[in-house]
Amino acid sequence: MIRLNVNGHDHDVDAEPDTPLLYVLRDDLALNGAKFGCGLGQCGACTVMVDGRAVFSCLTPIALLPGRNVRTIEGLGMNAVQQAFVEEQAAQCGYCIAGMVMRAQALLEHNPNPSEQEIRDQMAVNLCRCGTHMRILAAVRRAAGRGVKS
Amino acid sequence: MTAVLSRRTLLAAGGGLVVAFSLHAQEPKRPGSLKETPSLDAWIRVAPDGRVTVFTGKAELGQGLTTALLQIAAEQLDVAPNRIELITADTMRTPNEGFTAGSHSMQDSGTAILNAAAQVRGLLCDAAAAEFGVAADTLTTADGLVHAADGRAIGYGELAAKLNLHVDATANSPLKDPAAYRLMGTPMQRIDIPAKLTGGASYVQDLRLPGMLHARVVRQPSYGATLLDFDTGPIEHMPGVVKVVRDGSYLAVVATKEWQAIKAMRALAAAAKWQETASLPDEATILDTLQALPVKDIPVLTWQAQAGAPVKRLKARYSRPYLMHGAIGPSCSVAQFVDGTMTVWTHTQGVFPLRAALASLLRLPPDKVHCIHTQGSGCYGHNGADDVAGDAVLIARAVPGHPIRVQWMREDEHTNEPYGSAMIAEVEGAIDADGRIVDWDYAVWSNTHNRRPNIGGLMLQNAALSDKLPVPPPAPIPMPEGGGDRNSNPIYALPNARVVYHFIPQMPVRISALRSLGAYLNVFAIESFMDELAEAARADPVEFRLRHLQDERAKAVISLAAEKFGWSAGKRGDGRGFAFARYKNLAAYCAIALTLGVDHETGQIRLGRVVAAVDSGQPVNPDGIRLQIEGAIIQSASWTLYEQVHFDRKRITSFDWSRYPILRFPAAPDSIDVYIVPRPGLPFLGTGEAGQGPTSAAIANALKDAAGVRLRQIPLSAPAVKTAIGV
Repeated sequence: MIRLNVNGHDHDVDAEPDTPLLYVLRDDLALNGAKFGCGLGQCGACTVMVDGRAVFSCLTPIALLPGRNVRTIEGLGMNAVQQAFVEEQAAQCGYCIAGMVMRAQALLEHNPNPSEQEIRDQMAVNLCRCGTHMRILAAVRRAAGRGVKS
Repeated sequence: MTAVLSRRTLLAAGGGLVVAFSLHAQEPKRPGSLKETPSLDAWIRVAPDGRVTVFTGKAELGQGLTTALLQIAAEQLDVAPNRIELITADTMRTPNEGFTAGSHSMQDSGTAILNAAAQVRGLLCDAAAAEFGVAADTLTTADGLVHAADGRAIGYGELAAKLNLHVDATANSPLKDPAAYRLMGTPMQRIDIPAKLTGGASYVQDLRLPGMLHARVVRQPSYGATLLDFDTGPIEHMPGVVKVVRDGSYLAVVATKEWQAIKAMRALAAAAKWQETASLPDEATILDTLQALPVKDIPVLTWQAQAGAPVKRLKARYSRPYLMHGAIGPSCSVAQFVDGTMTVWTHTQGVFPLRAALASLLRLPPDKVHCIHTQGSGCYGHNGADDVAGDAVLIARAVPGHPIRVQWMREDEHTNEPYGSAMIAEVEGAIDADGRIVDWDYAVWSNTHNRRPNIGGLMLQNAALSDKLPVPPPAPIPMPEGGGDRNSNPIYALPNARVVYHFIPQMPVRISALRSLGAYLNVFAIESFMDELAEAARADPVEFRLRHLQDERAKAVISLAAEKFGWSAGKRGDGRGFAFARYKNLAAYCAIALTLGVDHETGQIRLGRVVAAVDSGQPVNPDGIRLQIEGAIIQSASWTLYEQVHFDRKRITSFDWSRYPILRFPAAPDSIDVYIVPRPGLPFLGTGEAGQGPTSAAIANALKDAAGVRLRQIPLSAPAVKTAIGV
């Protein structure tokens, strides 16, 4: 058993310690937000926050996580970032979008007023194939204008 | 029996062409997919409590189709969109509308629902008129109620309880006046986005059924590889491993949890021994290799008329490499085999054709396979969606009772999905002294653009299984839609033109439908060449296009894009480019103007301002149209600047995003503005594939303007640009 704190709640998880966080979130905790995209840290579809930083959950074994705070899109409620994504209609198929929101959330918590270049550079880690980039950038700018609570 | 037999039924029954044609004159021409599925209750049902259910055989591929269909139904029925349930592609519940592909959904299903909803509303009004003893044309409808002028009202549910909607649609519908539309033509937020932003169960990847197990496949490392030996020793004591499934060169493993399945698959793969053959051609010379293969020549058009004497003649060759769909979410499916019936949750583009393919793969009758569309990651054509369903059913059959969830690994998707064909176009054109095109000779070489499975022989697994099904030969898609020749027929009014499609049956790599099919390369070639001819004629590229067009809607879209961009004739050299196409010469019109800059040190192209104009006929969700065009521009920019499938003599080597890079945020344009030419009341024109072709040529044309070099071979990669510029 490994104890994980996810979205403010402790969970005792029966999984092998090398299991990447992604599979525990999805299979053991039935959380849908983080997605399998590549398993290689190349696309960001699995992005969640650990202790306030954006990480690839597909590459983070749960053995590293006891005592840390894991945050997923399910833990945001419908906050300013998600609201901004709705208002900009910043999704097509939406498979990448939970990862985008978590990357944006981590960015805005550390840098509440990022420049356009800073937004693009931070979001560069996450891939979108539908071509929703302009909407996603607009959503991050919109959320930044409102302030994001950590 | 009053129902008129459809042509399809007669032809399928062997009624023959003579009978079919003799009936054709009497057959009412119903709009959209009502032609194939005429019964109103196949599309719309009204429950006694007034709840409305709408059915479509098309699927949500992440392009906002379901929202647009709800807008249409709600508009014509006068029921709020949130009071309508929409059921999408399901082989036991919905009409068979074939594939959700080719930008057809609004034309086929949107038109069917538009007309069915209007007819149902008409029948409800007729029933209310009888109930109230008044004339139907004195009644109004609002929010699920029929109102009489004297204040009486009756609900749709109460009326529908006494009404038979199991009747065939008529050819004409009591459609609303477009001027009175309140929902169609007005932006509506997508119904599926909130769940996708809050971790709701939105995708087949999110299905969790009781007793569900996870499986992974040890894929053949190269086309046709033979599994010589494997060892289950390393996985026998791994926790959670349930079963190894092997049939010929097909090898898969089932485990209780997903990570356990992945670890077991990797251990099996490490111990597996394969025999591979060097079956792939040399990547460096692939275009010449393809052009030298045997072809079937398909004449597309020949135009002959009097024209001025040619004074300048140009010739050019354009090409694209193999391109990948590259879904962000690798394909996934869940299947369960219970009491001889296979239920499959799939993000295929065609549940009915897939049902036939899976039934043949499993040697089951089609009625023992039930395919339910469940959203997946965007597919952009025929990717791994169908094949992963093949994995799920083969494994589920070996583990009856348990739902089996299979998701491909990244390298499975990258190396096994069927790619968009590499293509070559050669064009020769001449202008006269007045700067008019007087001659045009165009030839295009391509593999097929459709290997979508409707029989088991076309499934990926067939190459691995011991008992192989016959594989049908590839076939071209006939014009007017076309495959490799899609959009090879110029929209311009040219006095003399010859267009031929050299269809190449032999496929060195696995090929099928990639978004916009041949239109991407043909529009790239035609619209690049139009700029080359304009330059030869010393004409402004926008004016040069307009002088060769007669289609007023085409001219309107070009003029709007030029105006919004601030295109001024004669202003050149700042890295601006223009291009235009009407997708298939049948669907949406799209013109694009853009700017770009070139880093002379690296050859890297950086997109600046992009302006697009689009005519999609009657707009339903204008914001959806804009987003489709934005997406087309960015996806096409990625194809055009970066993408190319790499391979050695045995294997596909583009196995992940590092070996097949796509556009990332820093390279997104500075801005994209999309303007819509609304055409109230005119037919819907599919929009999802309208922007890809024009974007590619607008980039090439802007590169010529910015750096003075004309690149004709996609991708316009940084090294290619740097080489062309010289140092």
